[in-house]
Amino acid sequence: MIMDAKGLHYKALNKLIEDAINNSAKKIKITNVNGQRYIGGGIKGNVEIEIHGTPGDDLGSFMDGPTITVYNDAQDGIGNTMNSGKIIVHGDARDIVGHSMRGGKIFVNGDVGYRVGIHMKEYKENFPVIIAAGSAGDFLGEYMAGGRIVVLGMKDSDSEIVGDWIATGIHGGMIYIRGKVEEHKLGVAAKIAEFSQEDRKYLRNLLKEFCKTFGYNVKKILDAEFTKITPMTHRPYGKMYTE
Amino acid sequence: MRFPPEFKVVRDQEKCTKCKRCTIECTFEVHGYDKKKKRMVANDENCVACQRCVFTCPTKALVIERRPPTFSDHPTWTEWIRRDIMTQAKTGSVILASMGNEKPYQSLFDSIVIDACQVTNPAIDPLREPMELRTYLGRKPEKIEIENDALKTEIAPNLKLETPIMIAHMSYGAISLEVHKALATAAKEQGTMMGSGEGGLHKELYPFADHIIVQVASGRFGVHEEYLKIAAGMEIKIGQGAKPGIGGHLPGPKITEPISETRMIPVGTDALSPAPHHDIYSIEDLSRLIYALKEATRYKKPVFVKIAAVNNSAPIATGIIRAGADAVVLDGFRAGTGAAPQVIRDNLGIPIEAAIAAVDQRLREEGIRHWGSIIASGSIRTSADVAKAIALGADAVYIGTAALIALGCTVCKKCYTGKCTWGIATQVPKLRKRLDPEKGAKAVSNLIQAWNHELKEILGALGINSVESLRGNRERLRGVGLSQPDLDVLGILPAGK
Ligand code: SF4
Ligand code: SF4
Repeated sequence: MIMDAKGLHYKALNKLIEDAINNSAKKIKITNVNGQRYIGGGIKGNVEIEIHGTPGDDLGSFMDGPTITVYNDAQDGIGNTMNSGKIIVHGDARDIVGHSMRGGKIFVNGDVGYRVGIHMKEYKENFPVIIAAGSAGDFLGEYMAGGRIVVLGMKDSDSEIVGDWIATGIHGGMIYIRGKVEEHKLGVAAKIAEFSQEDRKYLRNLLKEFCKTFGYNVKKILDAEFTKITPMTHRPYGKMYTE
Repeated sequence: MRFPPEFKVVRDQEKCTKCKRCTIECTFEVHGYDKKKKRMVANDENCVACQRCVFTCPTKALVIERRPPTFSDHPTWTEWIRRDIMTQAKTGSVILASMGNEKPYQSLFDSIVIDACQVTNPAIDPLREPMELRTYLGRKPEKIEIENDALKTEIAPNLKLETPIMIAHMSYGAISLEVHKALATAAKEQGTMMGSGEGGLHKELYPFADHIIVQVASGRFGVHEEYLKIAAGMEIKIGQGAKPGIGGHLPGPKITEPISETRMIPVGTDALSPAPHHDIYSIEDLSRLIYALKEATRYKKPVFVKIAAVNNSAPIATGIIRAGADAVVLDGFRAGTGAAPQVIRDNLGIPIEAAIAAVDQRLREEGIRHWGSIIASGSIRTSADVAKAIALGADAVYIGTAALIALGCTVCKKCYTGKCTWGIATQVPKLRKRLDPEKGAKAVSNLIQAWNHELKEILGALGINSVESLRGNRERLRGVGLSQPDLDVLGILPAGK
C-alpha cells in the first residue's frame, strides 16, 4: 500500500496509517514525508512501514512490534519508549534516540545526536539494542538500565566517536564503542571494563543483522579496538540515603 | 552511641496475658519475651509509634507514650535539628523522610473561611434540592455550534466525574497491590478516578482501567502501548510537591518479582526516575510528548500534566495548557510521599492554595481558562479544603494521604522502610495480607461519600446548587489573619470586608 504524505498534517497522515493497519495492511510505503511527527506512534503487530523523505520527531514512539525503515535522515526522539519492533534509518538520526526504550532494535547507518539511549531498560524477553554506524553525541546512555548500545564510528574519521558524559548513572546494560574511549569522558557510576573474547563473540552475533541490513562486513568491523562501558554497580545511589 | 528513644512502650503487666501477639504485629522488633523474668519486654528505641500493637493487643494492655524531650530546650537548636546533625555526622548521608512536609508553616487553608447566606440571599437545603457535584475534566469549547439540530462543535475528550474528589497517584511499589485494588474499587464505586502512580499498572488493575489515570513519569516504568490505551486518561508527571525538581528512587531490594513485572525492569535493580524527562527540556518538548501520547491513543483521552507548585507555576501552567494539555495538576509543598530527602520535602515548593489562585488568575487573564482544567493536590485533608481549593480556582482535587488514613495508615512516617505494619506501604506478603482490599475499598468510598455530603452542605449554605458555581468563586472566601500580600495572591478579601 502506498501513501502520499505531501501536504498532510501528521494527524491526518497517522490516521491514514491507523486505518490501513486496521484494514490489515502488512506493508505500507509512504512517500514525500516531510517532517510529520509520530509516524508509527503506538502501533503494534507485524506491519512494515517504509518511509521516503524525512520523518519528524518521535518516530515509532510507544511502538510494539512493527518495522519502520527510513531511507533518509530521521529527527529527534525515534523509538521513544518503544516496546518492541525495529527502526532502520539509512541516514543520520538526531537527539534522544531510543529514550526509555524497553525492547526492539534501532539501527542507524549514520551518526546519532545527543542523549541517545537515555534510560533504556530491559526486562525478560524485552531487550533493547541501538546500533549506530557513525558517531554519537554527549550524554550517551545516561541512566541506562539495560540493553546494549553500540557505536561504530565508521563514518567520519575527523570527529570524535562519542561525546562527553557517557553513561552517567548507568545501572544496567552495556555500551560498546569501536575505538578507544578515555576514562575522563565517562560520567558518574560508569566504568570501562575489559573487552574480552566473549564480548567479541557476543558482538559478532549482535552485529550480524545490522551488517546484513546495511551491507557491512562483520569481520572487518570487529577487526578493531573496542571499549566496553558498564555500570559500576546496579545500585549507584545505594549509600546516599540514611534514616 | 544511639539516640535516646522517642517513644516509650507502656505495658500494663496486669492486663498482659503474654500471648506474644505484639511480637508478630510489630515489624520494628520492639516487643520480646524475657524468659528469665517471664514477662514481655520492649525495646523502646525501635518504636515508631505506628500504634499497630496498641490496636491489636487483645487485652488493650499497651500504650505508646512520647518521652519528654531529652535534650535541654533551645528555640533555635531544636531537638530534631540536633538529632539530624548527629545522624549526618555519623553517616555522611542524605536524610530520607516519608509523608508530607513536617515544618510548621502557616496553613493558608486554615486561614481562609467560607461565606454563608443569611436573610437576603436564601440558603439551599441539600436534602430537598438537587445538588450537582458532577465535574468534567478537560478542554471545553469556546462556543457551541448546532447545525440541523445536531452538535457541530467537536468536543475534546473529557473525564466525567461524579465528585470533584479523585484519588492521587501513588505508585505500586511504594504501596501494595491490595492498596491499589482498594483505591481502584473505591474510585469506581464513587464514579471518580484514581491515579496509577509512576510504577505501571498491575494486570489485576486492568478491569478498573476506565477509572484510572495512568502516569507517564521520567522513568517511563511500565509505560507501554496497552497501558496507555486501556486507561481513562494519561498524566505526564514533571514534578511532585513533596520533592520538586528531583527524581524518584525505588531501591533495588523493593523490586520484587511482581513489582518487576509491572515496572518492567529486572528484580533487584534500583528503579531510578531521573529528575527531568530527558526528552523534555522546554514547553515545546513537553508539547511533543503530550501529542505523542494523544497520537498513540488516537485523541480519545485527555492528557494531564502534573507539576510541583513553585514560584513560577502560573506562567508554567499557561505554557502547559498552551502546549496541548487538557489539565494541569498542581501539587503543593505539603504533598505526601513514600520517600523523599527530608531537606527537599520540608523546604522546597510553595503552598497549594497560592498556586491554585495564581494559576487560575493567570489562565483567566489570558482568556484560556476553558482550554484546560486545574486539579489541586497535596494536603487536601477535609471537605472544607476541597471547597476552598475549588473556590480558589481548582476544578477537582486529588487526595492521597487522606485515602491512606482511611485505609488505616497512622502517619507514622516510616513508609520508606517498607515495613508498614498496617500493610499499606509494603511488599512483604504477610504484611500485605493485613489489608483486605474489599474492606479498604469500602472505607475509602465512605470517606469520599462523606465529603460529598459535606460539600453539598457547604454549597447549600452558600446558596448555590452546583460545584461548577463554586469554581473560582473567590468572592465567597475571606482571609483571617493573612497579610495583604497573601490576600492579594489568593485574590480574596479579609474577613469583615
Ligand atoms: S507495633 Fe508500632 S507502636 Fe507498637 S511497638 Fe511496634 S513500632 Fe511501636
Ligand atoms: S503508610 Fe504505613 S508506614 Fe507509611 S505512614 Fe502510613 S502507617 Fe506508617
